[in-house]
This record gives sequence, structure tokens and C-alpha cells, in this order.
Amino acid sequence: MTTNDIISPENLVYTKTKVMNDVPMHYCPGCSHGVVHKLIAEIIEEMDFQEKTIGIAPVGCAVFAYKYLDIDWQQAAHGRAPALATAIKRLLPNRLVFTYQGDGDLAAIGTAETIHAANRGENITIIFINNGIYGMTGGQMAPTTLIGMKSSTSPNGRTVELNGNPLDITKLLAQLEGTCYVTRQSVHNVGAVRKTKKAIQKAFENSMARKGTSVVEIVSTCNSGWKLSPAKSNDWMVENMFPAYPLGDLKNI
Amino acid sequence: MNDSKKQDIKEVKLMKGNEAIAHAAIRCGCDGYFGYPITPQSEIMETLMELEPWNTTGMVVLQAESETSSINMVYGGAGCGKKTMTSSSSPGVSLMQEGMSYIACAELPCVVVNVMRGGPGLGTIQPSQADYFQSVKGGGHGDYKLITLAPASVQEMADYTVKAFELAFKYLTPVLLLADGIIGQMMEKVVLPPFQPRMTEAEIREKYPWATLGKPANRKPNVITSLALEAEEMEATNLRLQRKYREIEKNEVLFEEFSCEDAEYLIVAFGITARICQKTVEMARSQGIKAGLLRPITLFPFPTEQISRYADKTKGMLSVELSAGQMVEDVRLAVNGRVQVEFYGRMGGIVPSPDEVLKALKDKVVK
Repeated sequence: MTTNDIISPENLVYTKTKVMNDVPMHYCPGCSHGVVHKLIAEIIEEMDFQEKTIGIAPVGCAVFAYKYLDIDWQQAAHGRAPALATAIKRLLPNRLVFTYQGDGDLAAIGTAETIHAANRGENITIIFINNGIYGMTGGQMAPTTLIGMKSSTSPNGRTVELNGNPLDITKLLAQLEGTCYVTRQSVHNVGAVRKTKKAIQKAFENSMARKGTSVVEIVSTCNSGWKLSPAKSNDWMVENMFPAYPLGDLKNI
Repeated sequence: MNDSKKQDIKEVKLMKGNEAIAHAAIRCGCDGYFGYPITPQSEIMETLMELEPWNTTGMVVLQAESETSSINMVYGGAGCGKKTMTSSSSPGVSLMQEGMSYIACAELPCVVVNVMRGGPGLGTIQPSQADYFQSVKGGGHGDYKLITLAPASVQEMADYTVKAFELAFKYLTPVLLLADGIIGQMMEKVVLPPFQPRMTEAEIREKYPWATLGKPANRKPNVITSLALEAEEMEATNLRLQRKYREIEKNEVLFEEFSCEDAEYLIVAFGITARICQKTVEMARSQGIKAGLLRPITLFPFPTEQISRYADKTKGMLSVELSAGQMVEDVRLAVNGRVQVEFYGRMGGIVPSPDEVLKALKDKVVK
């Protein structure tokens, strides 16, 4: 096969989704956000929802999600994304409305908004990036930081006595009547990426079918915050994060 | 009676100020109300829930889990170009300040009702005007202003709900309807505003092309945000906001005068206090004291020029408020030392009687 054969349109096997903008990303090399952004963009294109989607960006590293996906966006105050999404979906019931939130945003400052939106069964999708750390502000302790894990505000490691226990908010959300689909995934290898894509697609389908709130947690790495190389971050996540936050569906109605 | 005559007759109803706001919101085509209960304004959401407008106009009404959530629901709806509102009372409005700062910066239209009660802290459920500073000086973080309308009757609660939405969409800014526990709770005659249809999505797309209704193939994405990492960009946003506030100051000042033509002493008061002071003016005049009343209806923009004009015509001014003295600072700024400005007020939910105000006028100003 010659180069010309390879680049001819009929031999095209992969192309970047047009829902991703052609701009440089601010995320650190090795960060999980880029992969998850691409999956969301691909699904929006495949479902032909580009004109129907409104995304809610959080406060945190993903505050700039609106620069990367070619859809309408609103950027929420820290933790308030589910409140915005509630109103948008109720006022525009035939749109796809999703929030994209980190652990600090969703499980600390926005706990009330998250739990009550899910408990009301708002027909929205919550994409929850859990890397156990505040990335944007420079690596502080998050509600999901593991016991013993070091951060800039738990420099000697998180302890129950000083900091309390890590919050498994996804498990909590699965208990609520309003949620229809609660799953925990990751994007650290090809198989995991494929599973996450299916999970997000299912969540979006649920939202459009008005089945209730769907939550897709993606256990992620923050190699800058964790002070590890991208590859070592993946290994550390498998060894330490997965036992505390086991992958799989917590609820699927 | 023929049909055209029937239409001329206006239906007069008797209701609370809070109820009038609910009726007016539905009638002016409001798309969404998001609120949290707090005395003395809970009748607003209660009335909406009774009226079930989702079955008639399609308006969404939702009880949120907190005032923080309510104001952020308003942000979400306003970002879609929808007519959205919330209501609360003083402690709840304090919780909304974060959201209002974001909405002001993102330049979204919405209406926030504050039926003030005595503070600080949990305070009391009786009427107050002690949120004046919070209302007209910003309230949350950053340099921003809220257009602030101060109704003084149940009729104005209805009328200014409609006007608040008009101003919010004219200037793309949050508008505060600043009432107090008396106007919220008291019953008066009211003629409700006529019904206006809610805006269609096509109308929103045409009039408010920034709205996030979903991105058609032929336009760039709309992004509602208040974030700028570059200082130059943030300064440009601030300059744009300040230009807008100067426009508002130029165009939107509202006030009312009572017996001011020959007044030697000017009382300045807003909301329910203005109605008490109107009686004080009548009593003063019957005793030969030439008193007048200027009632600011817009607290931002403040009727600075109008008050300034009386500086050289009067011998003294009295600002009367249900607070420790907040608006009095703006009255003093308006006259800039050219005339003595005194203050009289009660706090914590106490409302003075007209003769108490008259005594204060005599003691502090007429002398």
C-alpha cells in the first residue's frame, strides 16, 4: 500500500470528530480530561446532537471545556452546575443537557446541588471526573483524596483524625430514587476507554428518554498533582484508586 | 354591554403584595420561577404552585434545595434567554450574592425579589430596609450594580415585576425588586397587568442571539461565562459593565414627589417608609411646617440630581429608613454638604409611626 492509498478517502479508518475544536488544549500531558472530552464529542456527533446539546462547565481544570467542544456551553459557579442543568433541561426539555464536574466541584462545594438534582431525577447526565485532588488550584486535598494520600493541604498524607474519610459520593447517588444509571469507569487503557464511551452514550440516551439522572464517574489521574509521570500515575491509580473506587455499574435501571 | 366596553373595565382584585408578584410574573410571560421558602415572602411560590402556570402558559415553577441553588437555576435559565426569576428575604438573598455577581458579569437578564426582614443574622420576620447597601452597592464580589426598584404598594409590586423584566432584558442585567415585609404581606386593591405570551424559541434566537439554546450548524457556539484569565480581557468586561451602569443612570431614574414645590424641609424615604412619611408631611403642613417628600423608586439608579436640586431650596433634609441609616449616605452625597441631612430610622423590624417621624423632623431638622 502506497502513501497515496493510505490517505485516500475510501481507506479512512479514523478521523477526529468535528465536535472537537482545533485548538491547543491547556490540560497537562497525561491528563484524563482530554480523552473524556473526545469521547463526549464523538458521542454527540454520532448521536447527531450537536445542535441540541448544552454543556455545563465546572470550576476546576475543566472550566475551559467550553473551548474544546463545538457546542453551546454555560460555565457555572463552583459546584452549581447541576442547578444550572436542572433549569436548562426543564425549560428546554428536548435538549441534551450534561454537566462536567470534578471531585471538588461535585463532591465538596456542590454536594447539595448534586444530591438534590439527582434526587429529583432531573433528566440530565453528570460526568464526574474523580482524580482525588484539586488540580486547578495546585494539588490540594479533595473530598475523594485517599487515606494516606499526600496533597498540598495534607502534606503528610490524609488522616481520618484530621481530615475525615474519603467520600464515595457515587455510591451515595446510586441509593437515590431519582438516578437511573450510576456507573464508575476509567480511561487508562483502550478497553477502559471503550467501556467509558458506551457508558456516556447510555447516559445521554437515558437523558433524552427522560429516565432520570445518569451519573458517569470516571476515575482519573492527575499526574501533575500526584507528582508522578503519566504512566506511573496510571499504575498508581490501578493499585490505589480502584480498590477504593471499584469500577463497574452501581445502578442500571 | 358590548364587548369593547367590557374590555375597558379593569378587574380590581384584593390581594397581598407577594401574591401580586406571582400573578404579575405569570401574566408577563415569565418562563421560570425557582425559589426557596422564607418568611415574609413565601406566598410568592405558594401562589405560583396554587396557580399551576405550567398547565396554562407553560411556565416552570420549582422549589429548590436552597437559595444558592435557586439563583443558579435562574442563571441557567437566563443563559437560555428565558425570563427567569427568584424571590427570597434578607438571609436568603445574602446566600444569593454569589450567583448575582456571576449573573451580572455574564450579563444575563433576570429578576430577583427581596422582601426584606430585620437583620443582621437570622434576625426577625418583621419588615426592614436594612439591605439597602447590599442591594445598591453591589452585594457580592466585584464591581457591579443591580437595577433596584422599590415598590411602595401592592399595585407597584405587580407593575414593577413587569417593569423589572423589561429593564432586565433591555440592559441584560439582574434587576432587584426590593420590597419589605409590610408590602409583601399587606392586602390592597390591585389591577393585574395584561397577559403577554411567553417568548418562543424563534423569538429568543432572533432577539437574544447569545442564548444557549443549542448551536445550529451555521453559528459559532454560545458560551455563557464570567471567566477571563487575561487581566486585559477582564478589565474590558468591567469597562463595558460600567458603561452600562452609566447608561442606566442616565435613562432609568424613577422617583415620586409629594408636596415638594414650596418645601422648606425635604423628607427622603422609599418603600413602605415613604407612605408613612407622606402622612408625616400632611401632619407637618397642618402645623405650618412646609415639609415635602421625595420617594426614590429606583434606588439604583439613585435620583441624585433630583435631590441635589432641593439642596439650595430647602433648609434641611431627613432620610427616614427602616435601618441604622444607609440611604442617608447617598442623600448626603447628592447634596454634597450644601444642606444639612439628618437621619431617622428604626431597626430590627420596628416600623415608626407618622408622628414619631414628625417628632424626629422637628427635633433634628426644623429645630
